[in-house]
Amino acid sequence: MQPILKVQSLHKTYHVRVGLLKRKNIPVLTDISFCLGKGETIAVIGETGAGKSTLAKLLAGAEQAETGQILLNGTTIEDDGVRQDHCRHIRMIFQDPTRSLNPGLTIGEILDDCLSYNTELTHKQRDKKIAHVLIRVGLLEEHYHYYPHMFSGGQLQRVALARALILDPKVLVLDEALSSLDPSVRAQTVNLLLALQKETGLSYVLITHHLSLVKHMSDSLLVLNKGKVVEYGKTAQVFAQPKSKVMKRLLNV
Amino acid sequence: MAKFKLFSEESNRSPLSRLWKKFKANHPALVGLWIFIALTLLALFAPLISPYSINQQHADALLLPPSWHDAGDVRFILGTDDLGRDILSRLMNGATFTFGLSIIAALITTVLGVIIGSLAGMSKGIRSSFFNHLLDITLSIPSLLLAIIIIAILGPGLLNTVWAIILALLPQYVHSIRNLVVEELSKDYISAFRLDGASKWKILVRGVFPNIYEHIVVIFTMALSTAILDIAALGFLKLGAQPPTTEWGAILAENLGLIYLAPWTVGLPGVLLFIAVLSTNLVGDGLRQVLKDRKAD
Repeated sequence: MQPILKVQSLHKTYHVRVGLLKRKNIPVLTDISFCLGKGETIAVIGETGAGKSTLAKLLAGAEQAETGQILLNGTTIEDDGVRQDHCRHIRMIFQDPTRSLNPGLTIGEILDDCLSYNTELTHKQRDKKIAHVLIRVGLLEEHYHYYPHMFSGGQLQRVALARALILDPKVLVLDEALSSLDPSVRAQTVNLLLALQKETGLSYVLITHHLSLVKHMSDSLLVLNKGKVVEYGKTAQVFAQPKSKVMKRLLNV
Repeated sequence: MAKFKLFSEESNRSPLSRLWKKFKANHPALVGLWIFIALTLLALFAPLISPYSINQQHADALLLPPSWHDAGDVRFILGTDDLGRDILSRLMNGATFTFGLSIIAALITTVLGVIIGSLAGMSKGIRSSFFNHLLDITLSIPSLLLAIIIIAILGPGLLNTVWAIILALLPQYVHSIRNLVVEELSKDYISAFRLDGASKWKILVRGVFPNIYEHIVVIFTMALSTAILDIAALGFLKLGAQPPTTEWGAILAENLGLIYLAPWTVGLPGVLLFIAVLSTNLVGDGLRQVLKDRKAD
């Protein structure tokens, strides 16, 4: 089966200026490769500073990698730091929904902006699509006119989900998107995500440090340590027979 | 006939209407706002509603005290000056110069400041520095002194005063707006907006401005109170508005010789200046407090 997302040897280095002329290169990600099939979920775990969030940003197009390719459905969308398309097909949900939604605009305006920048739909079609997507994530059509401050955290995460889904993406990157929610709301959101996956064949890149969530949602697992892949395989297998030191430490065996 | 509401009505309060609701609860600020609006209307319509023209002299009524005084005349509510001119009419017309012109000066500064500040905030590196520090040299000179220098070059006059005030206020404006823009740009929702495919211009207009325009209003009120004081001070020093222009500072200076004989001719323009600056500061301070409260929610 053709993988929907294929990542080949991504490298990313941050340049930090030290002193007046010297520059220090800090490698954040070295040689990251993985595949993700349609309707599958890959979980990325690792300690703080292992490069998880950087990977999310690279996938979503917020930052560019130095070398390496990202292939979507077999076509190259990023080659050695040159991005081809406008991140329509890979969408990202941020960690904190209270900060990732513009407080000065209504939900409808935020969603409408997304559509008008990326599609050729008319005003009427856009409104219809917004209403549709709001209902799909478990909100109401009336929430079009609400401002972000009027929602609770769990509802806001649904709005963020609606914003990601409205462009009909193929891959969704969840950067710690579920960590800020309380357990019951998190369970609701997870069920919603799984239902959506079943319905539309979405693929998820789940970046988290909740091992139970990883077990529950993901098909394959990527363990990062200091920017390197230390373990990559089927989730069940990695959990049953962890090979690397990091994974063993995470599992406490 | 329903006498009470059965259902509480849910309203979608925009950030702006929440701001207004909190502002209304702050009574001094609200009074300041009413006075501010009254002064603005006065500045606009003074020539139409003032009882006499500013230079109309009444030979039969020289140095009349205000009408509530025993020697006063009800025709001249706030009395007359040594040429028999109605003080009320002169003060009303003075609002156009002192208050109206200050508003215009502050508005021009706002427009220029927002343009240069946004350019500095949106660009990076040397270009950002260039815009940011373009007018910094004027920061080292107090605004009044700068105005005096400009007037020394261009000659006294009301319009030169306005230019001087604009130039003196602009650098602070540019710095504040650049800081606001840079602070906004670092927020998550701007990067999310960028990932939505928004252009730089869209990010500025849809992402940044809706969240900072209240702060711009606060800066505007601060600039306005400075502008009022500077215009009046320069008028008083006979460097700005020249008699017979009815600018409040100029009226004050013109009548200074009469302070023992007719204190109302000096006191009343002073009181008006005080009220104008006070109301502006009350509005600005109230707004700043409300913005702080809203952020804390």
